[in-house]
Amino acid sequence: MSPDATTQHADMRTMFRSMILIRRFEERASEEYMAGRIGGFLHLAIGEEAAVVGTVTALRPDDPLTSTYREHGQALARGTDPRAVMAELLGKSTGLCGGRGGSMHLMDKERAFYGGYGIVGGSIPLGLGLAYAIRYRGGDQVAVTMFGDGATNQGVVAECFNMAGLWDLPIVFLILNNQYGMGTSLERSAAEADLYTRAEAYGIPAWKVDGMDVLAVRDAVTEAARIAREERNPACVELLAYRYRGHSMSDPDTVRDADEKERWRARDPLITFERVLLGEAIMTADEIATMKDEVQVVVDDAAAFAEESPEVPVSDLADGVYAHPWNDNPRGGVLMP
Amino acid sequence: MSTAAAKPVSYRDALNQALREELARDPDVFLLGEDIGRFDGAFKVTRGLLEEFGEARVVDTPISEAGFTGLAIGAAMAGLRPVVEIMTVNFVILALDQIVNNAAKIHYMFGGQASVPIVLRMPGGGGHQLAAQHSQTLDAWLAHVPGLKVVCPSTPEDAKGLLKTAIRDDDPVIFLENEGLYGKKGPVGGPDDLIPFGQAVVRRPGTHCTVIAHSRMVWVALQAAEELAAHGVEAEVIDPRTLRPLDLETLANSVRRTGHAVIVDEGWPEYGISAGLATHLYEACFDWLDAPIGRVNCADVPMPYAKNLEQAALPTPSDVVAAVLANIGRRVA
Repeated sequence: MSPDATTQHADMRTMFRSMILIRRFEERASEEYMAGRIGGFLHLAIGEEAAVVGTVTALRPDDPLTSTYREHGQALARGTDPRAVMAELLGKSTGLCGGRGGSMHLMDKERAFYGGYGIVGGSIPLGLGLAYAIRYRGGDQVAVTMFGDGATNQGVVAECFNMAGLWDLPIVFLILNNQYGMGTSLERSAAEADLYTRAEAYGIPAWKVDGMDVLAVRDAVTEAARIAREERNPACVELLAYRYRGHSMSDPDTVRDADEKERWRARDPLITFERVLLGEAIMTADEIATMKDEVQVVVDDAAAFAEESPEVPVSDLADGVYAHPWNDNPRGGVLMP
Repeated sequence: MSTAAAKPVSYRDALNQALREELARDPDVFLLGEDIGRFDGAFKVTRGLLEEFGEARVVDTPISEAGFTGLAIGAAMAGLRPVVEIMTVNFVILALDQIVNNAAKIHYMFGGQASVPIVLRMPGGGGHQLAAQHSQTLDAWLAHVPGLKVVCPSTPEDAKGLLKTAIRDDDPVIFLENEGLYGKKGPVGGPDDLIPFGQAVVRRPGTHCTVIAHSRMVWVALQAAEELAAHGVEAEVIDPRTLRPLDLETLANSVRRTGHAVIVDEGWPEYGISAGLATHLYEACFDWLDAPIGRVNCADVPMPYAKNLEQAALPTPSDVVAAVLANIGRRVA
C-alpha cells in the first residue's frame, strides 16, 4: 500500500471513530436528559454526523469554526474532551464553559471552535468577523460558519453573503440543510429550495452535496476551504442531510412523515460508511466492533465524570460577566497606562 | 490634565483626536461603519482618518447594521479592537441581536474563554426636527444589559478621555454621543490622558438640591442652575459620565448632603434611566430625602416634527428650574 493510501485509510478510521463518538455521546446525552440530569434544551444531531465530521476533517485545526446550538459534534470532532462537554451539559463546574453555557453554548477557543449560538442566523456575522481578522493579520486560516436551512431565511445572512463577496473574505459558509426549521419543512419556508443559490447571487462559488456521505462532505469542504485559503474568496456548500430526532428533546417529532424518516434512516451515515470501510478492506468487522467498544468506554467515562463533578458554587454567579470588571479599577489616576 | 490643553476643541474633534491617537498607537484598532471613510462620517467625526490610515483600517460598510456589528464582534473575539460607528442610535435597533445576544453574553456564556473588546459609537438625542425615527434617546435599552459598559460623555474632554479608555477596555462598550454636542468646545487632554469609567463628576457645586444629568442634559442642567442662582437657589449638578458602571457613591453623597434630588434625562420617563437612578437613590438615601425625587424627561410620545411640539417634548432649562423649585418647596414670584 502506498504511503498516501495508508494516510487516507488512517484518516478514514479517525473519521469513523469520530462519527461513532458523536452518535454514542448524543445517545447518552439523551438518556441523561430523560433522567433529568440535563436541563433546558438539548438538540441532537443524530443523523448529521457525516456533515459534521466531514467538515471538521477537511479543515486545519487552526481554522476558526462557529456553529449553531446543535454543536456537540463540532466540539467532539475538534478534539474537545468528552468529559468537559458532558459536564457542561450537566451544568457542572468542570464543564467546558464552567456551567455558564450548557448544551447550546459550547466553546473551545484553544481548538479554534468559536462557539455554538442560540439565535438562528446570529452567529454567521461572527464567522465573518473571524474571517475579517484573518485577512487583517495576513493569516492563511479559513473561517468556517455552519448554520441550518432555517437560518438562511434570516436577513442578516444576506448581509453576510454581500460583505463576504464584496470584501473577498476567507470564509466558508456551510448550510447544513436538514430540511426542517423546527417543524416547518423547507418547501413550506423557502421560495427557492436550492439554498446555495442564494450565495451564488452574491458572486460566491456555491454548490450542494450529499450531507449523509462523509467522504463527499470532506471533499466538498476541502475544495471550499481551498478556494477561501488560496484564492482568498468566500465559498458556500450546502450539505443535504437529515436529523433522526425531533428539533430538540422536547419535540415529539409528530410532524414529519414516518416513511420519510424511514427513507433517510436507510441512508444512515454511520452504516453506509461502515460498509465502505468493510468493502474496501480498510477495517475488519472485529476492528470496528473493538472501536465501538472503546468509544463506549469513553462516553461512559464522560458521563460518570460529569455526574460525579461538583456543581458550580453559587458564590461564583456573577463572576465573568466582564473581562475587565470595574471594581478592579483603582479610583483616580490613569485607568490603563 | 497634563498636555495640549490650551486650545478649545470641539466635541467632534475631541473624538477625532481620540480615534487618531488610538489608531496610531495600536495596530489592532480599526474603524468601521457607514460612510465613515470617503464621506468623513455623517457627523464628520472620522474626518481625515481614511487618508491617514488607509482602507484596511477605516472601512466603509454597506448599510447592514446587524451584519457589520456582528462582524466587528467576531473580529474582537479574534483579538482585534474594532470601533464601530452606528450612524445614529436609531439604527442600533437593527443591530441589537448582535449586541445583546452576542457581544454582551460571549464572555460569561462561554466561561471567560473569549472577550469582546469592541466599541460601538452612536449619537442620539433630539432637537433638530428629525421627527420620530431620528430623534431617539435609547440609553436605557443599552444600560439595561449586563455585559455591556455604557458611556455618555458631555464635554470634549470626557469625549476624548472616555473614548480612549473605551478602546483600551476588554469589554463591549456602548459609547453614546449626542448630536447636539458635536459643536460644543472645551479643553481636552493629551494622548495619555484616560478618564476611568465609573467616576461621576460635580459640574457645579451647590447646597440646596442635587441635579443629576448626563450627556447633553448636563448643559440644560447647568443653564438651569444659573437661573436658579439668580433666585438664591444653589443646585449641585452631577454628571455620572458612565451609566454602567455607575458611580452611585458620588451621587448618593451629594443627595445625602442636599436632601433633594432632581434627575434630568433626555430619554422617555417610563422604565428608563431616570427611573433607574431614582430607585438607586431611594435605596441609598431614603432617610436623608426631604422630598420625593423629581424627574425631568422627554415627553412620553414619539418625537413630533413641528418645531414648537418638539421643543415642548424635550427637557428645557425652565423645566429643570421648575422641578428644582417644586422639589425644595420654593416659589419664585
